[in-house]
Amino acid sequence: MSEMAAVLGVLFAAVFTNNILLTNYLGMCSFLGASREVKTSLGLGAAVVFVLTCTSVLNWLCYRYILAPLDLTYLRFIVFIVVIAAFVQVVEMIIERISERLYAALGIFLPLITVNCAILGVSLFMVIREYTLAEAFGYGLGSGIGWMLAILAMAGIREKMVRAKVPVGLEGAGITLIIAGIMALAFMGFNGMVTLN
Amino acid sequence: MPLVSGKAKKVILGNLGSDNPVFVQVLGICSTLAVTNAVKNTVVMCLGLIFTLSLSNLTVSLLRKWMPSRIRMMVEVLIIATYVIIVDIVLKAYYPDIWRQLGPYVGLIITNCIIMGRAEAFALSNPPGLSFVDGVSAGVGYSYVLLVIAVFRELLGAGSIWGVQLLGEWWENWAIMVMAPGAFFMMALFIWIVKGLIIKPDADGKGTS
Repeated sequence: MSEMAAVLGVLFAAVFTNNILLTNYLGMCSFLGASREVKTSLGLGAAVVFVLTCTSVLNWLCYRYILAPLDLTYLRFIVFIVVIAAFVQVVEMIIERISERLYAALGIFLPLITVNCAILGVSLFMVIREYTLAEAFGYGLGSGIGWMLAILAMAGIREKMVRAKVPVGLEGAGITLIIAGIMALAFMGFNGMVTLN
Repeated sequence: MPLVSGKAKKVILGNLGSDNPVFVQVLGICSTLAVTNAVKNTVVMCLGLIFTLSLSNLTVSLLRKWMPSRIRMMVEVLIIATYVIIVDIVLKAYYPDIWRQLGPYVGLIITNCIIMGRAEAFALSNPPGLSFVDGVSAGVGYSYVLLVIAVFRELLGAGSIWGVQLLGEWWENWAIMVMAPGAFFMMALFIWIVKGLIIKPDADGKGTS
């Protein structure tokens, strides 16, 4: 029972108080690039949730049962990134089969999930914080949901912003970063609700 | 020597200014934001990045003729990861304090889009010498932006630079500057100033895609 509570705690913390994007700044590149339309960001967000959850579990297993017993933990970067890359390849094939339109819309961003820092970052945080398997699952899922929440909110705001007049030089990346900053401020309001050690 | 040729000069100037990876292409800013709350960490991070970027560019360029294009991304990632592991081990051995503070962000150099981007866009189609120059200059172009941001964040957020207290008792720390929102605002401000004043606004819209 307390195990369950710990997992839920990690999950909520990852979504709200320790949002992977707004407090750890991970996954910014695709966040800035793919947040123009709600539809695209929904697809990308869903892909990230799926990939994050599965890779954090897979990487946990690799770390615990292959790297740690063999004392090869310094190879974790290579192993994690290979697991992630292989997994993304599979997701890419699946999306290509299921929806041609989504595939066309996500275009360059799908392979870029491999180099999405959020995915690798979650695996690395999980090792540093010494999570159990269940907690790693909760952290992966929570971080994915948190990232999706942030990019969806951003896409919603940016769709409305099309008609707004933005000062010269701030268009695109600049104004998006300012909105992200305000969002980060708002998310700070969740502080203290749950804590992540 | 590639170092003095006109092409190399163009590459260097582009990476430092009009084609800067951070504020023009807006790449690799995850770590830009994460480590810039203290100048010391930023310098270490930048050195690690320049090392990785230049050597991975060189290696990718040397191997470009033998790399099957279907699996080239995988090969590039492995090359990059190898160099990052070297950085990680060296840091852990000689500067354990900084290593602990940087936490996962050293490992995240692997997924820094700048490195992958330079390998894909430059090293795959250029000779090794020129690729190395490109790697170093892109790394320096990235580093000085980070340093500027770090100096302001540490000064305003903690009243110090490199851990040395510069502002006196009267200074009220802006705690927000060393926290997440401060990083976003500083970065936006930096992009705004550079794009709006220095680079005249004919290249807008280029930054986000």
